[in-house]
Amino acid sequence: MTATSEYALELNDLRKSFGRSEIIRGANLKVAHGERVAIIGPNGAGKSTLFNLISGRFAPTSGDVVLNGQRINGLPPYEINRRGLSRSFQITNIFPKLSVFENLRCGVLWSLGYKYTFLRFLSGLHDANERAEELMRQIHLDKKRDVLAMNLTYAEQRALEIGITIGGGANVILLDEPTAGMSRSETKRFISLIREVTVGKTLLTVEHDMGVVFGLADKIAVVVYGEVIAFDTPEAVRANQRVQEAYLGSVVAENQAGGH
Amino acid sequence: MSSNNIQSYGFKPLNLGRIVIWALFALALIVAPLLFKSSLALTMLSQIGYLIIICLSYNMLLGQGGMLSFGHAVYTGLGSFIAIHAMNMAGKGMSIPVSLIPIVGGLAGMGFAALLGWVTTKKSGTTFAMITMGVGELVASMALMLPDFFGGEGGITTNRVYGQSFMGISFGPQIQVYYLIAFYCFVCTAAMFAFTGTPLGRILNAVRDNPERVEFIGYNTQRVRYFAFIIAGFFAGVGGGLATINFEIVTGADSLSVIRSGGYLLFTFLGGATFFFGPIIGAVLLVFASVLLSELSKAWLLYLGLVFLFMVMYAPGGIASLVMLNVRLARFGRLKPLLSCYLGMALTGSVVVLGAASMIEMLYHLQLNAALGPEMEFLHLRVNAEATASWLCAVAVLAVGLGLFELVRRRFVARWHHIQEEIEKEIKRTEAH
Repeated sequence: MTATSEYALELNDLRKSFGRSEIIRGANLKVAHGERVAIIGPNGAGKSTLFNLISGRFAPTSGDVVLNGQRINGLPPYEINRRGLSRSFQITNIFPKLSVFENLRCGVLWSLGYKYTFLRFLSGLHDANERAEELMRQIHLDKKRDVLAMNLTYAEQRALEIGITIGGGANVILLDEPTAGMSRSETKRFISLIREVTVGKTLLTVEHDMGVVFGLADKIAVVVYGEVIAFDTPEAVRANQRVQEAYLGSVVAENQAGGH
Repeated sequence: MSSNNIQSYGFKPLNLGRIVIWALFALALIVAPLLFKSSLALTMLSQIGYLIIICLSYNMLLGQGGMLSFGHAVYTGLGSFIAIHAMNMAGKGMSIPVSLIPIVGGLAGMGFAALLGWVTTKKSGTTFAMITMGVGELVASMALMLPDFFGGEGGITTNRVYGQSFMGISFGPQIQVYYLIAFYCFVCTAAMFAFTGTPLGRILNAVRDNPERVEFIGYNTQRVRYFAFIIAGFFAGVGGGLATINFEIVTGADSLSVIRSGGYLLFTFLGGATFFFGPIIGAVLLVFASVLLSELSKAWLLYLGLVFLFMVMYAPGGIASLVMLNVRLARFGRLKPLLSCYLGMALTGSVVVLGAASMIEMLYHLQLNAALGPEMEFLHLRVNAEATASWLCAVAVLAVGLGLFELVRRRFVARWHHIQEEIEKEIKRTEAH
């Protein structure tokens, strides 16, 4: 990908309404190449909607999404993916009746230029097979090569999800709550896995676990009521008065109430 | 596990096992008419041949793409019509050899699939099913509105013997037609199997499993469905063209009907949509049901419906999945203890069928053949359909059959679970090593 822009991803006054309720109300964000950004915010703040707008699942009502200097708003997901952005999902989203290897191979086919061809055998596509094998080792699923995705454990499925997401070699990766539903030890291992496989890439994650957020991110974007109210380094965000009021306060309160 | 890794690169599409299986398939196609020599058998074999192509092409949509089409007969039927017009043009100077007529049908099926599929494949799931049904009705009703092309109620006839015969092959005798069908059957089956190993074929599986995710790995799911639909349309058309050569007549009311489409769906499902070879079994069953079962009983559609019902409820993977489950057992060397159960279930099951069938037949006789009197023939026995004794007898047979079947079934289920558990343990043991 040629970096024609100084930023990997820009959101300019992005808005999205469902019916009469405006969920995203003028979000602005500029993510530099290679930055790791965690998006945090209270439930219902619009974090997942923001991801859906960026990745093309929904079209924005107004405003711009700019990927590597190119406007991508309103494009279908596959067009956005081909331009170098890939995402994972909060609810595990894999191909349940295909094996681990096949899942990963599906993830790499387009980026290697095989498109819709039916005139070549998969077994002869050495680059695709090698890439899938390599991914399988990276996400530590090489021992489960021929296991159907639906028969994997939850943590393995989450890893496979990441593998499919990074498979196409996109340089902007969006991970929607990658560690949701994992135990502490699994989370820890998983975070280091994410770190390993996203080296050199621009990474955006939605995350609830503050430990993960402060451990993984170079910068934190705080989304409240459909706006990005702060976007800075973890230390600066932690010290930010508005953030404390709007968000961290409620987390503290939750913690004291014995929630998380 | 290490052997697995070595295998992963070295896997060839043409390995020994596959070569053996395909050779056996070819052999079966060649030898079948030599073993079954009656003209009825030859008719049935010819039908099986092209129905294998049609059911496999249907399964490209259903089993591989998750597209529940209710209008597959549109493409086989239109393929048949274009093929028959192409054959009839032979007298008017433009002569296409009979051996290439299936290709003409295939191109026609492909063309119409490209045209109509553009609309149907825009949607997936239930909406797709509804649209295909609508398109099916549309085309079927057009057949009556355009009698010049579709021949109205009488359909269009042809004569497959035209042009120069080549080395004595005129395609007049049925056996020559059979071998033409068998040739296409083998080539098309191989081509469709090859398709499952291509990038488009695999992405089609991914679209079946999770269309939303496919959009996020760079593929336009509509395109994937559309291309698969066109390819399926081609093979459907080839099947239609072969049917034309076989029957020398095509009627719109029959070959384009939604009932015909339903038949392809039903038997593809019965054969098994989850395995590539399932529809082959389905095609064989389709011919046996429509040729033999329909001769045997007026109530054959009722029996067929019941079989379909039980299959959907107890073996949604069709016969192919039942076969593969038992192959798995055999591989672990644990099929033997179940054989007695299978035998028992087959015996007690046939008692149940005997009881139920006698009642159904008596009922049908009373309703449809009342003019012939209450006496009827059932399995070479004279039965009085109005007599209380015959009904009591039938009920008794059914009740005894059900009771015995249930006993054997319980035993079978217990053994089955036991064996499955043992296999799981064995797998765990080998994985641990």
